[in-house]
Amino acid sequence: MIRYILAICLSLVALPAMADVEVKEITTPGGLEAWLVEEHNIPFVSLELRFRGGASLDAPGKRGATNLMVGLLEEGAGDMDARAFARATESLAASFRYDVSDDTISISARFLTENQEDAVSLLRESLVNPRFDEQAIQRVRAQVMSNIRSSLKDPRDLAGMAFDKLVYGEHPYATPLNGTAESVSSLERQDLLDAHKATLARDRVFISAVGDITEDELKSLLDDLLGGLPETGAPLPEPAEVNLPGGVKGVDFETPQSVAMFAQPGIDRDDPDFFAAYILNHILGGGSFESRLMQEVREKRGLTYGVYSYLADRDGAQLWMGSVSSANDRIAEAVKVIRDEWARIRDNGVTEQELQDAKTYLTGAYPLRFDGNGPIADITVAMQMENLPTDYILNRNAMVEAVTLEDVNRVAQDLLDPSRLTFVITGQPKGLETTIN
Amino acid sequence: MRLLLACLAIMVTAALPLSAEDQVSNFTLHNGMEVVVIEDHRAPVVVHMVWYKAGSADEKPSVSGVAHFLEHLLFKGTENLESGEFSATVARNGGSDNAFTSNDYTAYFQRVAADRLELMMRMESDRMVNLQLDESDIATERDVIIEERNQRVENNPSALFREQKDAVQYLNHSYGIPIIGWRHEMLELDLEAALDYYDTFYAPNNAVLVVAGDVQPDEVRELAEVYYGVLPANSELPERVRAKEPVQMAERRLTFEDPRVAQPYVSRSYLAPERDNGAQEKAAALTLLADLLGGGSTSIMAENLQFETRTAVHTSAYYRATSLDDTTLNFFVVPAPGVSLQQAEDALDNVLLEFMEDGVDTEHLERIKMQIRASQIYARDDVNALANRYGRALTQGLTVEDVQAWPDILQAVTPEDIMAAAAEVLDRRKSVTGWLTAPEVTQ
Repeated sequence: MIRYILAICLSLVALPAMADVEVKEITTPGGLEAWLVEEHNIPFVSLELRFRGGASLDAPGKRGATNLMVGLLEEGAGDMDARAFARATESLAASFRYDVSDDTISISARFLTENQEDAVSLLRESLVNPRFDEQAIQRVRAQVMSNIRSSLKDPRDLAGMAFDKLVYGEHPYATPLNGTAESVSSLERQDLLDAHKATLARDRVFISAVGDITEDELKSLLDDLLGGLPETGAPLPEPAEVNLPGGVKGVDFETPQSVAMFAQPGIDRDDPDFFAAYILNHILGGGSFESRLMQEVREKRGLTYGVYSYLADRDGAQLWMGSVSSANDRIAEAVKVIRDEWARIRDNGVTEQELQDAKTYLTGAYPLRFDGNGPIADITVAMQMENLPTDYILNRNAMVEAVTLEDVNRVAQDLLDPSRLTFVITGQPKGLETTIN
Repeated sequence: MRLLLACLAIMVTAALPLSAEDQVSNFTLHNGMEVVVIEDHRAPVVVHMVWYKAGSADEKPSVSGVAHFLEHLLFKGTENLESGEFSATVARNGGSDNAFTSNDYTAYFQRVAADRLELMMRMESDRMVNLQLDESDIATERDVIIEERNQRVENNPSALFREQKDAVQYLNHSYGIPIIGWRHEMLELDLEAALDYYDTFYAPNNAVLVVAGDVQPDEVRELAEVYYGVLPANSELPERVRAKEPVQMAERRLTFEDPRVAQPYVSRSYLAPERDNGAQEKAAALTLLADLLGGGSTSIMAENLQFETRTAVHTSAYYRATSLDDTTLNFFVVPAPGVSLQQAEDALDNVLLEFMEDGVDTEHLERIKMQIRASQIYARDDVNALANRYGRALTQGLTVEDVQAWPDILQAVTPEDIMAAAAEVLDRRKSVTGWLTAPEVTQ
């Protein structure tokens, strides 16, 4: 089922495999839409659920409510308290992971074919009938408070928090989804019930199942699983107004290595130039040893263990982001090299060879992602959230191939803006002027 | 509940159409290089790994970190490849590559389309014997590993604490030295030290090839013969004999203070036996012991310390079964607000004492065994994890047969086995207790 067909490509060096994942789009009698990839080789199913909205739907003054609510889904449901629920999950050897980000609540489930029905009943109880017992609230709240305290002394988290505050102003993205000690300690049970109602609704759920299950089985499973959730939830948040003034903001913290985050405005996933920007980013700082940032900052100068850039396409903001860490007496040089590279690639563009190398890497690496039920469920649910069609899997490499050198270099000129490249740095950097208070 | 469990167990056992034995084949080349092939034909992808039976614990004195430093340097040039050309070539073929170093092994891997396997073998076998380094490689890459140490250790009080605690745990054995190296010795690492380690340990008779994915064993054997089979064995390969730990006669304690600590915790460890070739039973009992005591929210530590007495915010237990030499059984308790580290530690000791009196709850044990059975099904979905499992085992004194016997050995563990293992290992005189905390602030 996860077969790939070898396709002949332009380059003779690399013949990238093509992913031929057969995705069925189904609609349940109850009106839920889902994607299914049947794979009967191994007797289990990976099920991914994503609810759009996530922690950004926290009500005013209730920061951290969605996060705490999600943390409590597995802490007691229906007639089971937290311990009974955990024991039941273990007995079935199922696993349910509940996760929250600013834009999404994710539920990743994995269960055996043999006891699928029992596993789904358990999962349904946690999603539809969570108890939010007072004892459980106290216990999980204490864990969240511990995480909040830790973040306040973690250089990476400190940089992230200062960055979000600077860039996102009044938007929910501006504050950590964990909430603050003050906001979390004042949360009450009713706030969690409200957060549950606001976020876990059928009008915003995306579903993907991969594994040992048929179309009909999945249909009835999903209606059973999600039929008890409300039809609609809270309105989704407005986009953020992004503040990227350029320059450097410092966060003083006594630690030997400075941790920097940097960003400039990004590009929407739907933009016709997205793939050109994606390739450009790959060449600039996209994670491999071959990127210009890795070559210049790490390989040639030994200034860091890792430097990366990436396109962050959030529901409410598009940024071109990056990160680097260097000893306090070397971070200034790392920042300078990154700025220089940012300007150099904008002014001089990339070479034909760099473009070809990026294409062979990206087209070759794409099918390698589809290497298991879990990863495929993950990819296909993300595709739905991006509003991509099922045949995107087949066509995606052609879209990468279609990008020309002119496209990439035009996008570099139009989009890259060193004057707005904004650094937020935690540590005690030497020889680096901070320009943002 | 118990009846339901029994039924489930039978169904799961019956539902294993493809056993690990069918998926895995292994053989040895003439020069002594071991080969493991793991088939998964669902996707035309292959993972190609070479594991060396050499890690940080095999380093000579005063060059700590050289095993890991050399791992970085293997991405520099050889007689046939320019510096950086290895990874660039993998990337140009749509693959990704990396490497990692541990106490007992160093491993290099690439993930690529299955039809690129030969190219990977050509390059990997080349750098096994033809590495060419110069002084400029050394200086820049040493800066990189110092920054890596800054990132992983110096910026992280928990990591600094673990380093100090390991040093206290192992008085005589080289597991007490950090994999990445002590900073003062890393600063002095030079070309000579790197090449000495390379010449000593990088040879086919000290390596394990693991190929996993859409490949046939015969095809792997043919290619392996061509690229690895022709390399000469190192006849002077040293035996892996490390200094052994003396009998511990007094408990050891340390307190590590750092103003960056936001959440203090207690870490307790006991020296413990590891999985040995043909003798994995005790390690199996310890694995289940760790699960019972601290493996998640139904464990005894969580029940007692998080749910009932609310002494702790988090608890866990961890036992690293796969290791060449003596390993450790570890417990962690993160106290709730208002609970001191002493109280947290006392509560942990109470839990351990009560467990020694109460014994094993068989229903709890059955749930854990059920999960182990199911994990064999889930494992077949992740060929990378399988490849790692075999690589780790074969570089840490185990065989393919040991790996395949392990699930059944776990299933056969009895409550009596667990209590006997617990009685042997959980001896306060043979423990190390560490407190991680922030210094008290005086106004």
